[in-house]
Amino acid sequence: MAVLLSALDQILSLTHLIYLVGGVLVGLVVGIIPGLGGIAGMSLLLPFLYGMEPSVGLGMLMGLVAVIPTGDTFTSVLMGIPGSSSSQATVMDGFPLAKKGQAARALSAAFLCSMVGGVVGAIVLSVFILVARPVVLAFSSAELFMLTLLGLSVVAALSGGNLFKGLAACGFGLLIGSVGSAPATGEFRFTLGIDYLYDGIPLVVVGLGIFALPEIISLLVQNKAIASTPNKLGHGLMQGFKDVFANLPLVGKSSVFGSLIGAIPGLGGSVVDWMTYSFAMNGSKDTSQFGKGDIRGVIAPESANNACASGSMIPTLLFGIPGSGSAAVFLGGMLLLGLQPGVSMITTNLDLTYTIIWSLALANILGAIFCISFTRPISLLTYVKFSILAPIILTLILFAAYQATRSLGDFMVLGAIATVGVMMKGANWPRPAFLIGFVLSSGAENYFFQSIQFYGSSWFLRPGVIALAALIVLGFVLPPMLKKRRLAKASTQPKTGLEPEEPSVKTVSATDWVLLAVLGGAGLYALVDVWNMSTLTKAFPIISIAIVLFSVAMLIVKYIREQHQRVASNLTTDLVYIVGFFMIAYGYYTLGFVTTTFVFSFLFLRYLAKATYLKSSTIAICLVIFLVVLGRIMNIEYPEGYFDPYFFDVVNRLF
Amino acid sequence: MKKILNLVCASALSISCVLALPAQAKEADVPSTINWTVPFGVGGGTDVWARFIAPYLTKYIPTNPTVVIRNQPGGGSITGANLFYKRAKDDGSTMLATSASTLFPYMLGDKRVRYNFDKWVPLMASPTGGVVYVQPGLGVKSAADIDKLDGMTLPFGSQGPTRLELPVLIAFEMLGLDVKPVFGMKSRGAGRLAFERGEAKIDFQTTSAYLNSVVDLVNNDKAIPLFSLGVLNKEGKIVRDPAFPDLPTFQEVYAQKFGKQPSGMEYTAYSKFFAAGFAFQKMIFIPSDTPTDVVSAYRSSVENMLKDPKFIEDSAVQVGPYQSIVGIDAAQHIQEALTVSPELYTWISGWLKKKFDYTL
Repeated sequence: MAVLLSALDQILSLTHLIYLVGGVLVGLVVGIIPGLGGIAGMSLLLPFLYGMEPSVGLGMLMGLVAVIPTGDTFTSVLMGIPGSSSSQATVMDGFPLAKKGQAARALSAAFLCSMVGGVVGAIVLSVFILVARPVVLAFSSAELFMLTLLGLSVVAALSGGNLFKGLAACGFGLLIGSVGSAPATGEFRFTLGIDYLYDGIPLVVVGLGIFALPEIISLLVQNKAIASTPNKLGHGLMQGFKDVFANLPLVGKSSVFGSLIGAIPGLGGSVVDWMTYSFAMNGSKDTSQFGKGDIRGVIAPESANNACASGSMIPTLLFGIPGSGSAAVFLGGMLLLGLQPGVSMITTNLDLTYTIIWSLALANILGAIFCISFTRPISLLTYVKFSILAPIILTLILFAAYQATRSLGDFMVLGAIATVGVMMKGANWPRPAFLIGFVLSSGAENYFFQSIQFYGSSWFLRPGVIALAALIVLGFVLPPMLKKRRLAKASTQPKTGLEPEEPSVKTVSATDWVLLAVLGGAGLYALVDVWNMSTLTKAFPIISIAIVLFSVAMLIVKYIREQHQRVASNLTTDLVYIVGFFMIAYGYYTLGFVTTTFVFSFLFLRYLAKATYLKSSTIAICLVIFLVVLGRIMNIEYPEGYFDPYFFDVVNRLF
Repeated sequence: MKKILNLVCASALSISCVLALPAQAKEADVPSTINWTVPFGVGGGTDVWARFIAPYLTKYIPTNPTVVIRNQPGGGSITGANLFYKRAKDDGSTMLATSASTLFPYMLGDKRVRYNFDKWVPLMASPTGGVVYVQPGLGVKSAADIDKLDGMTLPFGSQGPTRLELPVLIAFEMLGLDVKPVFGMKSRGAGRLAFERGEAKIDFQTTSAYLNSVVDLVNNDKAIPLFSLGVLNKEGKIVRDPAFPDLPTFQEVYAQKFGKQPSGMEYTAYSKFFAAGFAFQKMIFIPSDTPTDVVSAYRSSVENMLKDPKFIEDSAVQVGPYQSIVGIDAAQHIQEALTVSPELYTWISGWLKKKFDYTL
């Protein structure tokens, strides 16, 4: 207790506070700009870090790491771009809320939840870290495999009305996630001889392709402001706070769950938002608004992701095994400060651990306050005509994707995933199911083989495994099924003004058929490709392929047998936009990123958005300045192409 | 008169040139900024090592250049090394950090490798060591009891058959241990976690990880150290690791168990990959077309840096109490260690296929 208080005393000193606030500000900036994350923030703080007093340095780093899941909410809600992997679920309902003109409500609720989640996470951390060692060690590969299954079972809730669409999407995600080296043997699969695919496809690129680009394309087709319906709720800040207080149990549940999942190394934060999202769905009587702008769909993941960032400090500090990407950055910083993680963090260095925890809580509070104070002005962006924002958002997306591996492959794979995303959006397939499959793919495969190799066939008799299996059935698989039955019963009775759960008429469009052909074709191709490999290399892909092909077959049978109403598809329009995207992305790469940003934005704004010369050139110039300054400060490189070297030559001479 | 003036001017010019020459040779034309490509992500082992060294380079290179670290992760360092091979400038303004995962794919003929060590010269090589340890419940108290492990199946958490563990896996085979590697560990740290959970019965860590995380386990009777991999001394002989003077080396344990020195193709393979993975684990390379005076200026700076007592002290904490290698000898040693003869390649690819069903 004395250590706890003396650590508090220490972080309240002026030096400590200044560096902490510095860390928080950097964390917010790299959180807000999509594609940047802890790593970019680190490179900014590193020059200060070397030779710094450890407790001050840790405070600064903690400020950085803690607020990244707070800042990334801005683009998730306002533009539908998942700022980082921890806020992908926020897009699901946050962006529809912004479309309804309630961006400020969604943001303020999200920030308040982030704050509560972060503080709860810090409290859990301060108690749990003292006893966590045996608990973390109790999670062997077998339990970790069950946890990935727990994540996958969320698909049941997220598939809405059509389980086979969900399964097909999830299976396809598992298959895409298995591109690259097979964990059990180290052999490479589905690389098509392309270097880029050897490492597997980066999550950032998949997230941007499946969510952000399809949204942009559909907004461009409509060409209105993002907030298409006028806001009836004033500026909505207070409404957001009220929403949080009305859903306190959900906030609490999601925060505690988030910090515990974060504490277990190996699963990572990228799935906890989806798990709590399905909590929110299972716990609500009326789920019809989920995916269309239900505030609970924002509250749950946002409470969880900050808590998860706190929880992931446990394996980082105790075992030197980072629980998430930003925890890995934090670990690197610790090593640079000359601190080694391990048991010493709760014995001789306990004071430092408590400094970290206090900094964590304080950073979360400060970060949320900063964000809330910016919410009103920034959410006005959603009232701007979309075609004005389009080049800015497209540049941001390309920028974010390029940060993944800095190669042309990032753009090309982004386009390919976006093609699938556009079709899934058009035909109403559950895109989160695809993403969850992708995220959990490598974990599921890896932990399955590891547990079999370590424990033989007796692994499923372990008590932890049985407990988790029960949790999966009772917590995730049964609730949506029971709800469906209840609804089926209810729908036989006359309706009383309630909207039906799903459209009563079953529909099918050309997009559905194309998508079935794409998935089926990909499945068959993958099967041929992997057939002659060693057993451990091909076993998991074959399971994913089986899921895809089975669901595709079931869907085809259903479409043929049952009466479906044919609806028009705007696939052709969408595909034209996708082709346009490929061309633009290629231009950004070969002509030079910064130069193309200027030329493309200017031409787009002037001739397609019909903005004035002054407005078009101002926006284009501002974008270029933004990129150049960012590149200078954070050591970021852009594709040079033909023209950028000349441009930078001039810039370097002038400044 | 005009002629005389011309003559005077000309001679003055030539004299000043002659005078200027030695001065230039002394002060090599070192660029003001050095871009150091680290083909790994921020916070990884090689990155932390590079960031630890960078300020010392700035201090010891005569013109105190700014050293900017450029992380280019991907392909387990292949991407960054390929890019460096293609784009590096040869005026001394670029250098590359490498690790075992840059050398092994090159030696094993990985299709993605497009770099070649012929075009680079090493500035410095930092060695590391490693220790093999087992669970306490196996009835083994030290390497002297290694015979008791015969017939026991020992699960071992490993990253993959061609990763840093490769020489260790060969060593296990040579000692006749029935080690069952479980691949897919995300890092050596994850392997250690599997050991702490009791899933793995045998494990291996490099020096710094061992000192930081395993010594505690040993003191609490949760792990029994068996042997170290030893270090290469100046004569190219394996001797006991200065960080673990009480632990026998792999070679000692082999001799004790079989009554002879290790030899044969297996041992050649072990020695090659031990050298690349441990003796030369972290290296700094510059393009070999870099002007000789710049190269020698860098080399002497590195030599001075290695004599700095603060550097020695800090480096003992960061990587262990090892002597880094520098100079022309290093270049020769490294070139030798990286050359894999066709026979050795055949042996190693056959062994990987037979043992782990892994196709090179």
